[in-house]
Amino acid sequence: MSAPAVDAARVGDPGGATAFSDDEVAAVRARFPVLSRTVGAGHALAYLDSGATSQRPDSVLDAERDYLTRSNAAVHRGAHTLAEEATQAYEDARAAVAGFVGLDDDELVWTRNATEGLNIVALGLSHYGIGTPGPLALRAGDEVVVTEMEHHANLVPWQQACARTGATLRWIGLDDDGRLDLDDLGRVVTERTKVLAFTHASNVLGTVNPVPRLVAAAKAVGALTVLDACQSVPHFPVDLRALGVDLAVFSAHKMLGPTGIGALAGRREVLAALPPVVTGGSMVEKVTMESTSFREPPQRFEAGTPPVSQAIAWHAAVDHLSALGMDRVAAHEHMLTERLLAGVAELPGVRVLGPTTARDRVGAVSVVVEGVHPHDVGQFLDNEGIAVRVGHHCAQPVHRRYGATASTRASVYLYSTTGEVDAFVETLGRVRGYFGAA
Amino acid sequence: MSGLDQLYQQIILDHAKAKHGFGLRDAGPGAASADSHQYNPLCGDEVTLRAVVTTASDGTAAPVVADVAWTGEGCSISQASTSVLHELVVGRPVPEATGLVEEFRTMIRSRGQVEPDEEVLGDAAAFAGVGRHANRVKCAMLGWTAFEDALSRAVADLFEASPQAGPPAVSTTTEQENA
Repeated sequence: MSAPAVDAARVGDPGGATAFSDDEVAAVRARFPVLSRTVGAGHALAYLDSGATSQRPDSVLDAERDYLTRSNAAVHRGAHTLAEEATQAYEDARAAVAGFVGLDDDELVWTRNATEGLNIVALGLSHYGIGTPGPLALRAGDEVVVTEMEHHANLVPWQQACARTGATLRWIGLDDDGRLDLDDLGRVVTERTKVLAFTHASNVLGTVNPVPRLVAAAKAVGALTVLDACQSVPHFPVDLRALGVDLAVFSAHKMLGPTGIGALAGRREVLAALPPVVTGGSMVEKVTMESTSFREPPQRFEAGTPPVSQAIAWHAAVDHLSALGMDRVAAHEHMLTERLLAGVAELPGVRVLGPTTARDRVGAVSVVVEGVHPHDVGQFLDNEGIAVRVGHHCAQPVHRRYGATASTRASVYLYSTTGEVDAFVETLGRVRGYFGAA
Repeated sequence: MSGLDQLYQQIILDHAKAKHGFGLRDAGPGAASADSHQYNPLCGDEVTLRAVVTTASDGTAAPVVADVAWTGEGCSISQASTSVLHELVVGRPVPEATGLVEEFRTMIRSRGQVEPDEEVLGDAAAFAGVGRHANRVKCAMLGWTAFEDALSRAVADLFEASPQAGPPAVSTTTEQENA
């Protein structure tokens, strides 16, 4: 197995890095204007919904504004000064975001979001070149393997791809602790497997999956690996090249950046073998009335005007994260996750979906409160300024697996505090009494 | 009263537990019924509701809501509002019941601006505070939307069985409530 060392550096094994001290957290938080607001009857905001979208620091807000107030122009065209500056900043951003996950700039495609990135792959493999069948084409008899803990974004596009091509969708099940049932691996991943698409960290269970083991299983049968890194890249150091995955997606707004931009990143030879699914301007070489030749990746997948100011803001976000140190971000969140899990474990009638220890786990903790619907739980918490997510979190199958239709999720980030975690646990402990369920 | 207590009035919490009309019963002889299943994809709340109508015993043209039977799973707002619906409309002539649905919808959609008429809406007036929480509007309307949908089809069935009576005006709105 090639790269277990990198995977071992994930959350749960901070490798010597320490959580932020109280003073440090205060300094970290001072950079996020929204965190100082109050909610409802003067309650301090306790933002525990970063798994849905993170807040943005002043550096990110300023970067976007600075660009717009100084250099705003269309990129990759025009000979004027602003266009040059814009193009430079835009391509610098690509190199910075790619570098943040261990890749080169030509290995990162800007997308609207992570969902679009997964669709580019699933559609590319299934449309495959009307007229230009490639080595990755999905065909009847092929199999696509996902896991039972996927976000709908890494499930539905594959269901659709299978429906279009006649391929079969299979999945790796989960054990009762919220981890992949790896006994399934050898049974489900076979010579017929063409794609193994899986999440790095579950947005519901918090589980961090053993990427090297899954990659090894896929490589052994020649399958393409597609990693949903939306809940990992923001929270701990991720080196996609070292992990050995072929393709991965992640999004800016979960890592201090703006909405409206995500990335499809991966090995250049794999990107080069993928056909485009969205075509038009900016992604072409030569166009005649009869036919068109396409540019090389990443531009091949970037038809139309790109999200320029968002890319530049994302650059500022990864700089912000790097300055803090992703190993310390991971250590801080690991400490908070342990505290959150320990606190929730003390509450009668509250059940955690997913691992109940912080090892190989990120700080998204979903709970089911016996006798109280998540919507009501969320409303009760909001009344005290605590922001959490309620519902199925775009992952209905994993809820069904654990006998729930919906849950209440608290998710921590680098600016979260022990005080916020304690407030969440204390308030959650009063929910059942209020709704007469205790 | 805190914002929370305004939303979760005791009447609502009581109804969420009592769930009046819960359980899918069969319609009696001479009655017509129709089912409606409503689902909120955002949170997974769902309700299956059976509206049962009969012709009025005194021979007037308007049929009567004989029963509102339902099952479902969801938050206290959706469960309580369906329970309240049962209490409010069972035994009423259909036009009166559809009028109450309109009244309830207007109140819920008013963002807390419409002062409810407790004489008319009874326990349903307790849901006035829901209008101030845009993301809970759909919860409050779930059972009522199901009722409106099921009722219009139950009435159509009834008049198919006894065409001499002629259908009354029944709203057939089944639009989705926007959160």
